[in-house]
Amino acid sequence: MRISPTRTRVYPSSAVYISAKHERGLSHKSFLRLCLLPLTLVTAAFFLLPMVKLVIAGASGETGLWAYAAIVTEPRYRATLINTVLLAGATTAASLVIATIAGLFLQRHRFPGRAVLIAMLTFPLAFPGVVVGFMIILLAGRQGLVSDLTSRLIGEKLVFAYSIQGLFLGYLYFSIPRVILTIMAAVEKLDPSLEEAARALGAGPWAVHRDVILPALMPAFVASGAIAFATAMGAFGTAFTLATNIDVLPMVIYTEFTLSANIAMAAALSVGLGLVAWAILALSRSLTGGTIAAAG
Amino acid sequence: MRDRLILGSQLLFTSLVAAFLIVPAILSMLAGITVNYFRGIGSGLTFQWVVAVWDLYAETIARSFLIAVATLVVTLLIGVPAAYAFNVRGGRLARTMEEVITLPLAIPGLAIALALLLTYNGFGDFRRSWLFILTGHVVFTLPFMVRAVMAVLSGIDVKTLDESAASLGAGPWRRFRDVIVPNARPGILAGALAVVTLSLGEFNLTWMLHTPLTKTLPVGLADSYASMRLEIASAYTLVFFLMIIPLLVAMQLLADRSGTRS
Repeated sequence: MRISPTRTRVYPSSAVYISAKHERGLSHKSFLRLCLLPLTLVTAAFFLLPMVKLVIAGASGETGLWAYAAIVTEPRYRATLINTVLLAGATTAASLVIATIAGLFLQRHRFPGRAVLIAMLTFPLAFPGVVVGFMIILLAGRQGLVSDLTSRLIGEKLVFAYSIQGLFLGYLYFSIPRVILTIMAAVEKLDPSLEEAARALGAGPWAVHRDVILPALMPAFVASGAIAFATAMGAFGTAFTLATNIDVLPMVIYTEFTLSANIAMAAALSVGLGLVAWAILALSRSLTGGTIAAAG
Repeated sequence: MRDRLILGSQLLFTSLVAAFLIVPAILSMLAGITVNYFRGIGSGLTFQWVVAVWDLYAETIARSFLIAVATLVVTLLIGVPAAYAFNVRGGRLARTMEEVITLPLAIPGLAIALALLLTYNGFGDFRRSWLFILTGHVVFTLPFMVRAVMAVLSGIDVKTLDESAASLGAGPWRRFRDVIVPNARPGILAGALAVVTLSLGEFNLTWMLHTPLTKTLPVGLADSYASMRLEIASAYTLVFFLMIIPLLVAMQLLADRSGTRS
């Protein structure tokens, strides 16, 4: 037995269609407005209003608006700012170099164990800053791997988790996975014919890298470098766990707020930190035209 | 010969970087189930530290789950409709709003937390409840949901879908529920995984917003790193790893699937 597949279709008459469309056009517009309403309310109440309060609070101390100037004029805050920028810059540079070497290699060669290697390199992507801090303690802390190995090899315990080297290592730990992912994606999109052309014209492997591959990867360097820099500037959890006495901006904000109850200065420093991080990301976005984000 | 040497050193370098990232994680997992980490694995394996973590911190684990689920529900309810509206409307206003909700990705969590504290410190009951932490998590994770959904919507012809459904007589709400949401499902799923993972691990905001009665898992972790023996801190970290690994695997599978399809 065969069942006929034909189905009756009903088309609305054009007159009905036009009037219905007109009516729906109106309600569609208000439906869209309704779609945006919850987001608008939540963003206004829990983000925009608090941010305005923060900016005002920064100017509400004894010194008023000068609190903002103190970020650069007060020697202690200026030193902190320079420290933080240098540390974030060093993290960014080191992450870029490491991730480029590893990313190029992983994307250009297929070998057994490659997938495992990639999984290992991206696993820490979801670690919060506190956990990263703990990883550094296990690596270079008082009961850490390095201290254990050095005490066996040279009879002296090497402990640097709680110093600026430890903090740098921690920042590197959370930057490498992010940067590697961006660079691997960019390497995948490279046009192999450009390299072939360069080789055909007699360029050696170094020249191909210097003149073809690295310039083509520049947008990925700018984008992932900006994320690494902004994230390192604002990283709090790692410094908190390592309990370093190195003054980085997020730690100073935290101590100003909780220990010194200097709310105005904490707010001014937060606004300064937020502006720097936002400006770096906005700049890189205008340079590369992409959309990027920092987190952590 | 020279090529092999270069290749070999690249492999060695990459393996060393991977070891730097993975060795501490493995050490911490081992330390969490070792009787005495200082004496090494030779001292025997045990679950006593995991049990101790459960006794000490079960509440923080439950609260983190509660907040992650609540954050997911809120970001779904406000993020998915907004992503749809941004996509359909376009124009300056939609772009500006999108810019604004993306700002929390650039501004450090510490600054957002301070701003929330300054604004809502006077509202005692709200400030003391877990809902205060929820607001921080929603602000921080919302852009991930909105952008994941928008990414999928921009890849499909929303306008034609919407109009053909309309020509069949479906009202705006039915079109959104029966046409847009099913089509946006991969983006909603990706956004949801990102939101839950980020909420479970969020520390920078939560540390400032929590009270002794509203500790979350990462807050408890910081607490254990500072005051507990290494084995307990490690066992607690192990619990956290076990919670996020399934989410990471799911994210990877989702990415692979959409990768092979495109």
